[in-house]
Amino acid sequence: MMANPADTTLSDALAGATERALVESEIRLPPDVFAALRRAAADERDAIARRELANILENIALAEERQVPICQDTGVPVIYLTLPPDIGLSPDLFEGVREGVRRATATIPLRPNVVDPLTRENTNDNTGAGMPAVHVIPGDRLTVTVLPKGAGSENVSRLGMLLPSQAAQIPKFVAETMLLAGGRPCPPVILGVGIGGTFDLAAALAKEALLLPIDTMDEYEQELCDAVNALGIGPMGLGGDTTALAVKVKRADCHTASLPVAVNVQCWACRRATVEVKR
Amino acid sequence: MNLTTPLGDEVLSLRAGDQVTLSGTIYTARDEAHLRMMEEGIPFDPKGAAVYHCGPVVQDGRLVVAGPTTSARMNALTGFLIDAGVRALIGKGGMDPSVVEQLRGRAVYLALTGGCAALAAARMTLKGVYFEDLGMAEAVWVIEADRLPLTVGIDAHGGDLFEAIQQKAKTQFHQRFNIKQDTVS
Repeated sequence: MMANPADTTLSDALAGATERALVESEIRLPPDVFAALRRAAADERDAIARRELANILENIALAEERQVPICQDTGVPVIYLTLPPDIGLSPDLFEGVREGVRRATATIPLRPNVVDPLTRENTNDNTGAGMPAVHVIPGDRLTVTVLPKGAGSENVSRLGMLLPSQAAQIPKFVAETMLLAGGRPCPPVILGVGIGGTFDLAAALAKEALLLPIDTMDEYEQELCDAVNALGIGPMGLGGDTTALAVKVKRADCHTASLPVAVNVQCWACRRATVEVKR
Repeated sequence: MNLTTPLGDEVLSLRAGDQVTLSGTIYTARDEAHLRMMEEGIPFDPKGAAVYHCGPVVQDGRLVVAGPTTSARMNALTGFLIDAGVRALIGKGGMDPSVVEQLRGRAVYLALTGGCAALAAARMTLKGVYFEDLGMAEAVWVIEADRLPLTVGIDAHGGDLFEAIQQKAKTQFHQRFNIKQDTVS
């Protein structure tokens, strides 16, 4: 079948937007995350923690100055597309995203992180079977949002199928996730918490919660954040006041017999960027 | 204290929580490099060496970024390096009690701030590579370091800052959620 020229153009525009979003996200932290780190550095009482936070702030400045990625674990890209009503969902869109990831891998450059799960053979371009994960949501403009996710924090993320009677146990589950993680996910972390839905939806909500700005928390999020910070794990697990910069929650309704809770752990380098695709 | 490789007995005087800098040659190694070294031998002189848990981004013979990776993945793969004379492990997140014992009287674990890949690269020069066929992240890169800012995470006397903090966190957790000390992990 002949490719529709219009779709090819759209696919190419999406590739360019994906590449630009990756460049932006890998090199510059979002302003809300940077501000939260600066506040933490100003408030921290522990001497070792203060140096860790100072190193982080210096690192952010150096990444910008040298135009290099903030962290060498440039992650695997998690992609969110918003599609306006006049654009149909087609394989060209997915190919556009994949092309953008391949280009960004070569130009930024990104570390090739995507491998076969069993043979561990590297695809060398950060795309592969089922990767990157692309989530599509209806919207009024065509935009691409990238969330490059590092493995250190992803590996300690956790999902629990709690009982409906255990809603009061959610703060404990969240704090326990961080207790089990310790310094491994590069704290200070941001926790995305998904409550409700199904086994898979809770995890998706937890990841989507990481897209929310962290300059505000509601009362419930603050309660979860306080429970985590009371642990005193501190930056890099070396102790201190700052274990979590923020906790963000997304909820969905769920089966009357279920209470899924997912905690997606995000290191301090909470990289995300959105670019609109110009048509 | 300012440390310079090759390292010697000066590392034995360090205590968990001390802040140091380290200069000189260091060698990156992650999971695959450890496995290869166990099979084929260590390609560099391990006496007094510092091994850096890191998978850098390299472009045109230059280190673009080179922050530390999670050291715990190498818990079961580390003993042979210490036995061969390696004096310092550099990484993030700490290591398990078996490594704390292997380090005792011989070597230290130094923590570099996780995610600080641009900061690390700004203080490093790429000198060479072994096992390049393992791929960019898993190869052993030879690096000249210039005053890396490090915290002694595990000293040569069994002192383990990560474990001490973790124990405190566990106590806090149990108090806050009213759990008997022996009922939860």
